[in-house]
Amino acid sequence: MTSLTPLRFHVPEPASRPGGKPDFSGVSIPKAGSVRRPPVDVAPEEIRDLAYSIIRVLDHEGQPIGPWVPDLSRDELVAGLRHMVTLRTFDARMQMAQRQGKTSFYMQHTGEEAVSCAFRIALGPDDMNFPTYRQAGLLIAHDYPLVDMMCQIYSNANDPMKGRQLPVFYSSRKHGFFSISGNLATQFVQAVGWAMASAIKGDSRIAAAWIGDGSTAESDFHAALVFASTYKAPVVLNVVNNQWAISTFQGIARGGSGTFAARGLGFGIPALRVDGNDYLATYAVAKWAIERARLNLGPTLIEYVTYRAGAHSTSDDPSAYRPKHESEEWPLGDPVIRLKQHLIAAGAWSEERHKQAEAEILSEVIAAQKEAESFGTLHSGSKPSARDIFEDVYAELPPHLRRQRQQIGV
Amino acid sequence: MPRMTMIEAIRSALDVSMARNDDVVVYGEDVGFFGGVFRCTQGLQQKYGVSRCFDAPISECGIVGTAVGMAAYGLRPCVELQFADYMYPAYDQIVSEAARLRYRSAGDFTCPLVIRMPTGGGIFGGQTHSQSPEALFTHVAGLKTVVPSNPHDAKGLLIAAIEDPDPVIFLEPKRLYNGPFDGHHDRPVTPWAKHELAEVPEGYYTTPLGKAVTRRAGEGVTVLTYGTMVHVALAAVAESGVDAEVIDLRTLLPLDLDTIVASVARTGRCIVVHEATLTSGFGAELTALVQEHCFYHLEAPVMRVTGWDTPYPHAQEWDYFPGPARLGQALRDILETR
Repeated sequence: MTSLTPLRFHVPEPASRPGGKPDFSGVSIPKAGSVRRPPVDVAPEEIRDLAYSIIRVLDHEGQPIGPWVPDLSRDELVAGLRHMVTLRTFDARMQMAQRQGKTSFYMQHTGEEAVSCAFRIALGPDDMNFPTYRQAGLLIAHDYPLVDMMCQIYSNANDPMKGRQLPVFYSSRKHGFFSISGNLATQFVQAVGWAMASAIKGDSRIAAAWIGDGSTAESDFHAALVFASTYKAPVVLNVVNNQWAISTFQGIARGGSGTFAARGLGFGIPALRVDGNDYLATYAVAKWAIERARLNLGPTLIEYVTYRAGAHSTSDDPSAYRPKHESEEWPLGDPVIRLKQHLIAAGAWSEERHKQAEAEILSEVIAAQKEAESFGTLHSGSKPSARDIFEDVYAELPPHLRRQRQQIGV
Repeated sequence: MPRMTMIEAIRSALDVSMARNDDVVVYGEDVGFFGGVFRCTQGLQQKYGVSRCFDAPISECGIVGTAVGMAAYGLRPCVELQFADYMYPAYDQIVSEAARLRYRSAGDFTCPLVIRMPTGGGIFGGQTHSQSPEALFTHVAGLKTVVPSNPHDAKGLLIAAIEDPDPVIFLEPKRLYNGPFDGHHDRPVTPWAKHELAEVPEGYYTTPLGKAVTRRAGEGVTVLTYGTMVHVALAAVAESGVDAEVIDLRTLLPLDLDTIVASVARTGRCIVVHEATLTSGFGAELTALVQEHCFYHLEAPVMRVTGWDTPYPHAQEWDYFPGPARLGQALRDILETR
């Protein structure tokens, strides 16, 4: 008789937990400028290694280096810095507003500002994003009014979503920002459909899909990759790996594949991994993928390696699931500080100008907040009508909803 | 006027819609080159090209998810799910996305999308090719749900669904594809060619969503039904000799309550008939509405004749299917209730 080995059940664990020392020794960081830049029409099988590396442009001194240095002017970079500072300031004010009871919920971007702010600049004005809840930089870097964002967060009388959506679930077709869903990953495959439609119509607009590391485990993500691959859809497939899905470390969704970018390889989709805290690298990689889509070369999968420095939302406390000072040990640093350092090193910026810019932005955000609050907050002031409950369920109010609206007396 | 099967009528509706509007695209599993396992899309790829009618990977989530994106772009996708039984992987996209997009974006994005799927039993399809999941759609705010019972309605309703600004679930009773079926499974199959509702204009017309039709006028009892069961009900009424009014709902949501109330208020009795399981079925909604709106006219409790609350069996199909014998008994019983 042969004796059989007892089977073992495997549950991955993060490198450290609360009480432990932060440990990023497993995150291998190549030197800035060391990853090659292939032509956009490269065959996916020739760049499989790029799914396991990290494209970086800014070195430790803030110097741009290597083949991925983008063609961005100093003014454009200063504008990018201002977008990121605006997003961070906006987050701080709205986080505080939630703590003051002015709204029910908020989600910050701390540490991830470069990803959405840089991508928006790389994209064309008429392209369409299918974002998650942590890409408000796509709106801010596209000059969407802060007041409208805040009215949405406050669900007040001027909320463009008429009080129907949770805070931060914005929508603006005009600004290339698809309506956000709380059911994760659904938008990823919709972006592919939007891109297929654009190709069917012979349009020139492309789509950008967004997803977090955790929700790549959803079937919608895999369906999106199949459809994007099959129909060579003009779409950029963005995976923002911020290391944490609420309390669940990225290894639970990633399993044995090593990286999220590697998910693209089995589908024949070129996959790049980029330093998501490096504004220049993020912009350059986004631009490369966008160009591929525009040239009918099909989809590209990008994994942005970043770190969620704050909580998932106002409803969780990260110290309950990861070491308290883990964010300070994150080896790719802070995107705002790194771009600031680069601009100072380039002689285009200074600490004084930065402080001045921060003060200006803070007063702009506070002014927007005052204006938004003049239209009400969640629990005070004016708010959307109960009549709005019944509108937009269908294009025309059907008889049964008319009867129900009569019952509520509006 | 030509006579068409339900398959030909559906194909004609797609053809007419694709010819009238370049934004109409049709796709699904086996839908392109082959023309669908039930042949509803046969010839459309040859006529309109692969970019308007194409094969999709076996991923209902992907089919509906991409269609939501296409509809948001401005196209009018009309996708096929091979069987209603296979719709569950797409359910999140249908319920959380297609149904709510207009609402959650306050009209910034809309979802004019049609999802066709063969429904119901009677073909020895077992539990994975026989289900009637209409109540899983009528329970969802933002969806419209349509179930035609004949070729003429199928074409007119499908064109109306494709033109509708909101997502429409279009359930095609597969047992009716090739002929009306009155539930007498042991008799020879009747082709559509002999049926007056198989007279289908070749060109464009619509049958409005949200309007029921009375298939047989009567005074003794009102039978509310849809899809395959319309034909079963007509047979049961004829065989039982009961003077029943048979209403074909055609659209379950929005529901034509006025037609229902006018009939039941007159007859004072009502039987609700569907193939789907009983508990929390659409019949429960119909029964509640009749009770709310016709209580003082009712002379007997509202009855339901439906599939049993079990999975749809294979060998025991005809013990499961609510055929004319069960409905005939119900018709006699309800008239005896005083």
